[in-house]
Amino acid sequence: MLQPQDRNRFEQLVVPHLDGAVNLARWLLRNRDDAEDVAQESMLRAYRFFDQFRGGDARAWLLQIVRNSCYTWLQKNRPLELMTEFDEDLHVKPSANPETLAAQADERQHLKRALESLPPRFREVLVLRELEECSYKEIAEITGIPMGTVMSTLSRARERLQRTLTAAAIREVS
Amino acid sequence: MTCDLMSTTLHGYYDGELDAVRAAEFEHHLEQCSECRILLAETRALGSRLRQNDLYQRSSDELRQRLQKQLGLAKPEVQPQFQFQRPTRKGSLRWLLVPAFALATVAIIAVIARFPVQQRVVASATASELIDAHVRSLQPGHLTDVLSTDQHTVKPWFDGKLDFIPPVSDFTAQGFPLVGGRLDVLNGHDVAALVYGRRKHTINLFVWPARQGEASVYGWGSREGYNWGMWQAGDMNFCLVSDAAQADLRELQQLIHP
Repeated sequence: MLQPQDRNRFEQLVVPHLDGAVNLARWLLRNRDDAEDVAQESMLRAYRFFDQFRGGDARAWLLQIVRNSCYTWLQKNRPLELMTEFDEDLHVKPSANPETLAAQADERQHLKRALESLPPRFREVLVLRELEECSYKEIAEITGIPMGTVMSTLSRARERLQRTLTAAAIREVS
Repeated sequence: MTCDLMSTTLHGYYDGELDAVRAAEFEHHLEQCSECRILLAETRALGSRLRQNDLYQRSSDELRQRLQKQLGLAKPEVQPQFQFQRPTRKGSLRWLLVPAFALATVAIIAVIARFPVQQRVVASATASELIDAHVRSLQPGHLTDVLSTDQHTVKPWFDGKLDFIPPVSDFTAQGFPLVGGRLDVLNGHDVAALVYGRRKHTINLFVWPARQGEASVYGWGSREGYNWGMWQAGDMNFCLVSDAAQADLRELQQLIHP
């Protein structure tokens, strides 16, 4: 149980990053409900272990917990997904109902699909950098990727996303 | 340096993560390598697409409330994201009813703990928005609505188009020629944009009235190879954005507000 002043600190430092927690979980798990469950569980875990937070970057500290919880969740529920290597894409089954087809014309839908088809380790650096606007140092802290490798991982992830988007655009035209 | 090496470095440059020496090296390379120039433009476009398509997934209110209950926390507050909000009269009366100790607690927390956290969120939202506005302005035909190096032409042009008049000065003699002006929109609000040149660079100066209760970030920063600086003077906010060096922007700030 946290002391009142620690509870205040938790509320001021960690709770504001709930959106970031949900966002990262949503993109790693590719499902809204699972993401909220894992974000909730991560927030409670962060609260329990808040006495181990040594100050510094509270967002990175929370997102590290979220990220680990997501991988644990995937290991348990969708182990195959984690076995995709950097060099193969996840094959997201294209659904053929008219609604989805109409929505595919939508730019947002395009991007969402392309992002979701990337291996989780590419997806997470893109989400952390482009959506969460984390620094390389924070990305290293959250993902455990060595600081010196963040740049090349991002470079490969962006290249892959670009290629996926181009391929999808060509498919649409033909 | 080969281009293979550069294609990785390019991402560090785009992300604003290179030290000054490596950034300068890369800029030097960029002048000679059209391949890297194209790749940088593509990377920039991809980043904007990702950020502008509402892909960020926020927490639902249900989850917020659930956690609030489970953790026994006070009511969560909505984080300002560079929003302009006037406190309403009703709101301020309600404040008076809050017991003094609560007010004091809130004040202390706001000053000590909450402010840096909020500021950081606001700062990142603001910076990317400013840079997007700057990049947008560089598209063909978007830079100026009134093309004139004469401050006496540019200033009256804003009259009647905005509910405020921005101060307009030309600094050609100091190396910052006035190029023109245009209307722009930042976060849904009309702002005046003045365009200055600096050697081969274009500088946007955004001006808009400071509003009470607005979450504002003043200071300097850089992102994606762009520099920005924001400050308040009188009842106006001023913001410079450019790919020109930060030192140049600070110099221009000194000229605008000595």
